[in-house]
Amino acid sequence: MSNAREQVFPTRMTLTTMKLKLKGAQQGHSLLKRKSEALTKKFREILKKIQLAKLQCGKLMSLAFFTMTELNQANGISNQDLLYLNIMNNVTTSKPRVSINAKVENVSGVFLPILESNIDNSINDFKLIGLGKSSNQVNKCIEIYSKILETLVELASLQTGFITLDDVIKITNRRVNAIEHVIIPRTENTISYINSELDELDREEFYRLKKVQEKKQQKEADQMLSDKKKKAEEKFNMEQLRQKLEAKAVINEQEEEEPEKESKEEQQDGQDEEKVEKNDEPKDILGGDEEGVIF
Amino acid sequence: MSSDQNRTLVAVIGDEDTTTGFLLAGIGAVPEKSANEDASAAINDSTVSNDVTSGKNFYIYNENKSPVEELLQVFETFTSKRKDIALILINQHIANAIRAQIDSFTDPFPAILEIPSKDHPYDPEQDSVLKKVKKLIGE
Repeated sequence: MSNAREQVFPTRMTLTTMKLKLKGAQQGHSLLKRKSEALTKKFREILKKIQLAKLQCGKLMSLAFFTMTELNQANGISNQDLLYLNIMNNVTTSKPRVSINAKVENVSGVFLPILESNIDNSINDFKLIGLGKSSNQVNKCIEIYSKILETLVELASLQTGFITLDDVIKITNRRVNAIEHVIIPRTENTISYINSELDELDREEFYRLKKVQEKKQQKEADQMLSDKKKKAEEKFNMEQLRQKLEAKAVINEQEEEEPEKESKEEQQDGQDEEKVEKNDEPKDILGGDEEGVIF
Repeated sequence: MSSDQNRTLVAVIGDEDTTTGFLLAGIGAVPEKSANEDASAAINDSTVSNDVTSGKNFYIYNENKSPVEELLQVFETFTSKRKDIALILINQHIANAIRAQIDSFTDPFPAILEIPSKDHPYDPEQDSVLKKVKKLIGE
């Protein structure tokens, strides 16, 4: 996984997009981390409360059962089943005395349900229960169980919050880890891959330019060398001509008039040769240039 | 969240004493059959006619008489079929009988609270939520 990278073409444009992506991922990572921390803080508060409430609820319940037993005592133990049946049969409404209101609290984007018990005292199904013997105990019982119910509802709201937060924290942490351990390294790998690839291209280009320069310089050097050779040849030719002419002049001086015409003709021939050679020169230079361009 | 606004009832699965106590406190709600059928249908639209609870929001479980299948059915009805229950109170010794179902039920609504019963002292070690809490605190 550590060497994984995205499948992209190594261009400068993808490099900028990757850099933007990395920046975004880092920003998102820090944000999510902060969210997770805030949630965890709330979570720990709830945890403590739940633990306390659960243990307290046990004590309250035992008190409630004691009251219930008192009611049974007052009513006569043998009548217990009858009393229970009575109570059960007296539940006739579809609208209970105790109902629950669900509210919603927002903790950094997470909706936590908050339950509140709502007691409607106008509803009482048990007006006639214990009318003969134990109405006092019945009322006591009702009071205590109502109180317990309130505590239990509070506890339930903590518990639902606990479950919801647990889920959300898990999801958030998963995201944080995914960004930290997968997305960011992968983007970094991609960026370094693109960079190395671009550097490689740069080096290739540099080397190619160097090579071209080298070839060009060699070409120029060759040209210069051939030019020098040609000039040397010309000089040599001229020198030879001159020597010939001088030799002829010496002969002419000896044989006065007749060979003078011949020497003039030869002089003209030499001039012709020079002209031809001079015409050749520019052509050669052009040819050399063209080769350079082609390369 | 709007569906949670409709959850107003407290349901009880417990032994006689517990259930009676909470009924006295006034949590009981039964469909008003005699008045008209429509009302009951409106309260719990998904209640089947041959349902164990017959639309009530409380169920008395007698360890020696009631079969566990029935208990499971009630639990199923309260947790998934009925949409008006916000909170289920269940005696711990009864919860132990269907521990697997309770542990695997993780939705926030309805909340399930395990409460002690008269004959069985409360053991925080067995409470599924408290177990989670302890694990997270690291004790």
